[in-house]
Amino acid sequence: MALGGGYFKTTYDGDLALVDTRLRRVTLAALVAALLLLPRLASPFVLDLVTQVALAAVGALALNILTGFAGQVSLGHAGFIAAGAFTTAVLVEHRLPSPLLAARRRPGRRRAGRGRRDSGAQAQGALPGPRHAGAAPRRALRVRGVSESLGREHRGVDSPPRLGTWVLKGTTAWYYALTAVAALVLILSVNLQRSRAGRAWMAIRDREIAAESVGIDVARYKVLAFVWSSGLTAVAGALFAYHRAFVSVEAFGFFLAIEYIAMIIIGGLGSSLGAVLGAAFVTLLPYGIDAAVAGLRAPGGAEYYLFPAKFGAFGLLMAVFLVFEPQGLVGIWRRIRNWFSLWPLRYRPLRPAS
Amino acid sequence: MPGAPALSVAAAVVLSALSGFVIYRLLMRPMAGHPIFAAVLVTVTLGILLRAAIVLVYTDRIRHPLPLLGLANPPRRLPGGAVVSTFDLLTVGVAALFLVALFAFLRLSPLGIQMRAAGEKALLAAQRGINFQLLFALSWALAGFAGALAGVLYANNVRLDPSLGVLGLKAFAVALVGGLDSLGGVIPGALIVAAVEVLSVRYGDPLLADVSPFLCLLAMLLVRPWGLFGTKEELERV
Repeated sequence: MALGGGYFKTTYDGDLALVDTRLRRVTLAALVAALLLLPRLASPFVLDLVTQVALAAVGALALNILTGFAGQVSLGHAGFIAAGAFTTAVLVEHRLPSPLLAARRRPGRRRAGRGRRDSGAQAQGALPGPRHAGAAPRRALRVRGVSESLGREHRGVDSPPRLGTWVLKGTTAWYYALTAVAALVLILSVNLQRSRAGRAWMAIRDREIAAESVGIDVARYKVLAFVWSSGLTAVAGALFAYHRAFVSVEAFGFFLAIEYIAMIIIGGLGSSLGAVLGAAFVTLLPYGIDAAVAGLRAPGGAEYYLFPAKFGAFGLLMAVFLVFEPQGLVGIWRRIRNWFSLWPLRYRPLRPAS
Repeated sequence: MPGAPALSVAAAVVLSALSGFVIYRLLMRPMAGHPIFAAVLVTVTLGILLRAAIVLVYTDRIRHPLPLLGLANPPRRLPGGAVVSTFDLLTVGVAALFLVALFAFLRLSPLGIQMRAAGEKALLAAQRGINFQLLFALSWALAGFAGALAGVLYANNVRLDPSLGVLGLKAFAVALVGGLDSLGGVIPGALIVAAVEVLSVRYGDPLLADVSPFLCLLAMLLVRPWGLFGTKEELERV
């Protein structure tokens, strides 16, 4: 990426490094330190918010692999979250010896298989946009129908996950666990993007025919994107089941899928940072509206309007970002960063220094 | 006031058609040149916004409009022993009438022929002097009109409830099973989807009925991705 102020990559190691400049190393270290120290400084409410953001970020990063990197549409990711959550719930109910590990691995693998099957029709090739999008919601609804027809619409996950003798319990423990998982998934996602598969996905996203003509097996990489994405989404679902300790089909409606799509769009499609920012934004938005309403001291009866207002604000923001800021929050962040790194000049040189 | 319901239905339908124009102008036209996925998502956000607006302006409660209006929905006996409600018959009649009118419009009127041309290849149509912006806006208006009609009929026949929008997903299944670019395919598509739904209520699990349209869609996409009567797409060439 062409940066403004005389920064050039001169070695292969420098090009491959995840964190390349000293400024970035310092800010990253500061961020990690802040996240580690947060439980000592912040209230349990704030900790819970960050935990929720981390959980949402796992799902958003997973969806971003599919939609942001590979350019494939899925309105059915709520179905995969439901699948992960219900698999975990069933495993816990049957008292598997190590639910944490069992839940982590199994839904991922099982759902990956389903992802392969589901995407078969889409990966066969030339399915155009609208048909594609139409194919997707069925998945959410189908999983829902299956879990309903199992006869149990909701299940409790009553035993907290344990690893050996360590039991995951309490706000702080959950905070550390989910933030760590989100960080791991973030690193995985960044590395996937730089890998051969990631570059193939982005080529397919940018122009399918061109990708095929340079020798990329389009169908194979599309299926691979679906497998990675749905597997990771099921992991998010499994974590969701443990964190809430209760799963119910109502939680996994069409709206949840839209929420995750909103996260990656508001954050910025195709950017892992964007997925995390979007997850934070969408998760915190309802709390922000709550706080705003409480601050305004609205007259009585405002509670009735609160839910539709949140719902509407959410739709409005998504539309505004889609129409006016397709690059999302990451686009805004990049503009600000460029302004600083180019200051006092206004434009980056026409020809990037090579 | 006598005749008020008819008047309000007419107003609703006309307003929906007008809002179709406005939606195209304000939301869909700026999306030209963006990925089609983004345009589809704009329509999803539109659905969210409209639903929130309805709950904010009217109510989130389930209503039954007919008793409130003092109108009845008496059952009718059909030859062969079937019994259906009056509004069922009305719905079938309106659907048939709308389909015939749409068919005639697209086949016979110059505007309809232009619309098909613009739908097939907007660029070529524009080069022949067709105002495809107007036609796209018109198709949004037509869709708004038909949607309002369907909403009025369904709300009177079954119930009025802010989550009626979910019906639209079923309509997606019907359109895709019949073939996205085939008007005639809508009839067999709708019959298949409805039959599977009713039969799964009758002989299977009623909960299965919620998903049956999507099972139909899934089966059709696996066998014939272009639908029953749609045009088979050719491979994209460079």
